[in-house]
Amino acid sequence: MSKALFLGDEAVAQAALDAGLSGVYAYPGTPSTEITEFIQNSKQGKAGEVHSIWAGNEKTAMESAIGMSYAGKRAMVCMKHVGLNVAADPFMNSSITGANGGLVVVVADDPSMHSSQDEQDSRYYAKFALIPCFEPSNQQEAYDITYYAFEMSEKFRTPVVIRLTTRLSHSRSGVERKAERPQNPLKPETDPKQFILLPANARKHYRKLLDKQADFENDSLNSPFNQYIDGADKSMGIIASGIAFNYLMENFEGGKCPYPVLKISQYPLPTKLIAKMVDECGKVLIAEEGYPFIEEQVRGVLNRTGNIMGRLSGELPRDGELNPNLVAKALGMPDTYGAPVPELVVPRPPALCVGCPHIDSYTALNKAMEKYGKGKVFSDIGCYTLGALPPYNAIYTTVDMGASITMAKGAADAGMRPCVAVIGDSTFTHSGMTSLLDCIYENTPVTVLILDNSTTGMTGGQDSHALGVLGEICKGLGVKEEHIHRINPLKGHLEENVAIIEKEIEYEGVSVIIPTRECIQTLSRRMKKQQAAKK
Amino acid sequence: MKIDIILAGVGGQGILSIATIVGAAAIKRGMYMKQAEVHGMSQRGGDPLGKADMIISVEPMESLRYLPWLKKDGWLITNDQPFVNIPNYPDFDALKAELAKVQNCVAINADQIAKDLGSARSSNMVILGAASPYLQLPFEEIENAVRENFARKGEEVVNVNLACLKAGRELAEKK
Repeated sequence: MSKALFLGDEAVAQAALDAGLSGVYAYPGTPSTEITEFIQNSKQGKAGEVHSIWAGNEKTAMESAIGMSYAGKRAMVCMKHVGLNVAADPFMNSSITGANGGLVVVVADDPSMHSSQDEQDSRYYAKFALIPCFEPSNQQEAYDITYYAFEMSEKFRTPVVIRLTTRLSHSRSGVERKAERPQNPLKPETDPKQFILLPANARKHYRKLLDKQADFENDSLNSPFNQYIDGADKSMGIIASGIAFNYLMENFEGGKCPYPVLKISQYPLPTKLIAKMVDECGKVLIAEEGYPFIEEQVRGVLNRTGNIMGRLSGELPRDGELNPNLVAKALGMPDTYGAPVPELVVPRPPALCVGCPHIDSYTALNKAMEKYGKGKVFSDIGCYTLGALPPYNAIYTTVDMGASITMAKGAADAGMRPCVAVIGDSTFTHSGMTSLLDCIYENTPVTVLILDNSTTGMTGGQDSHALGVLGEICKGLGVKEEHIHRINPLKGHLEENVAIIEKEIEYEGVSVIIPTRECIQTLSRRMKKQQAAKK
Repeated sequence: MKIDIILAGVGGQGILSIATIVGAAAIKRGMYMKQAEVHGMSQRGGDPLGKADMIISVEPMESLRYLPWLKKDGWLITNDQPFVNIPNYPDFDALKAELAKVQNCVAINADQIAKDLGSARSSNMVILGAASPYLQLPFEEIENAVRENFARKGEEVVNVNLACLKAGRELAEKK
């Protein structure tokens, strides 16, 4: 079979389809978005044979997937690392219910925080939930692992985590596919106790989960994805997991490392292989992308012998992504560096697009806020976070999806006035509605600007759940109709918009202003399509 | 044979098309291909510094940003037309002077060539053409990959992109 050129994300998606996936559930988030988009654009996705419509947030995605697994079919949930925080409740409890149809949770971590607010390592979540975790080292392995993960999930009746990292998600390589497997028939869970987590049931299920740990480790020990590659020079051994294995091998022509190498791509850790390496080699260097997850476990808190090296001991940096140069330095190999970057090269920071509606929204907001001084605007996750940069300097917080509204509430509760929240339409339906309800319940004096560009812009223009109904949602939640305004963020409407914002800021209660204009990117794409259709 | 290439430019300039075409041609040759994309807010690649055989760039300042990745005798092939979307973009002449300092550099006005051939958007193919003599891939393979890449956009688009590719190659061979 000829090889197809796939992004890591696409390799996961294709493998899931080939493994008989019945539904993918996800909320867009870099670098995981392309998995779901690939399935949406696939033959099966377009025909509606595989569910692939975006979910409202990662929690609803996870729950829907558990439901599909309950019904006996294979389901996959995809998210970025911080998305797993949102999905943490159903995720953690799904390890107690276990899976019926194969249930695979794909989490794409973003070390170095290219487009994220932290670089948390999802391997800890898998360990926390006591379930198996995979960490592919290349695109082919991303495919093979995903294909196997569904089998393993059904064999052990457990959800399984696949952890990707940015460089793997967003790099391409040739991938060979396996045979297509049909979807599972509908076969709902027959044990009425399996998915009812009443304490009496949960305790039993938890015991079973604990009993499965030995099986999980045994599977890791015999896994084709974990390999002990012998080397002649036993003065040092190297444990390299996921993409760090690639970075290690980049340093050796022909991929021949003189030291013994233990490649890890499946967890729980295969203890026996690690013991073998520590026994055989004087010292062990651990290279892993993300937190020192393996290193912490292998060295323990004492590390009396000091023979375990990595991010904790300082051979590798404690934070940020690894790369082949950093691994070379840790191995004591010479560092390479081309010519320096000429001084005249300046950064090209991300900026709001020319014609972006957010520009007009911030211009109006800044004008209305002039008299109140700095520090009164709380914001959220989306393109509009760029309002933090010059020339706008319009916002003062960005913490997590939905936090703008509830942080404004907390500050208002503390006595701060005025308190303004800025949130996007998709972020609002993701996690802002319950925040707004908290404000309405207490009639907290906050003014919420829901920037409605009718899409999930930052991740490339996915559908927004509240398209055209934001006003109705706010009204339904209980915002008084006279304090809900749709405004048109255009230069010509500036004065009028400023007046509305100023008036609502003075109101001692909940008000919502919805600047509404389509994202310039989705608009131009739509126009191009229309023109093409006319031809 | 192993060849490491850095592709640089600003979003929307067509770097991903270059990547897809080179990738498809390489895979057809049975080569093992790895391609890392660095986009959005990320600026650092996962590739080793000082080891790249060439930088192919559709924007001059972006080409210089990746010099630390280029090996000493590596080639820099770039469009010399700036994409200015920041207020503090460097002086054009100073930029050209920096490019001239690079040992092996092919800097061409790809925008003009593409425009003359009737498709201003295809300057990326001019650059790919200019880089093609150094790619160690048969030119026909690259042409085929260009055809495949643009096939769904119609014959007209395919042809203009092929013409741009050829013009870039001819220019580089003259230099």
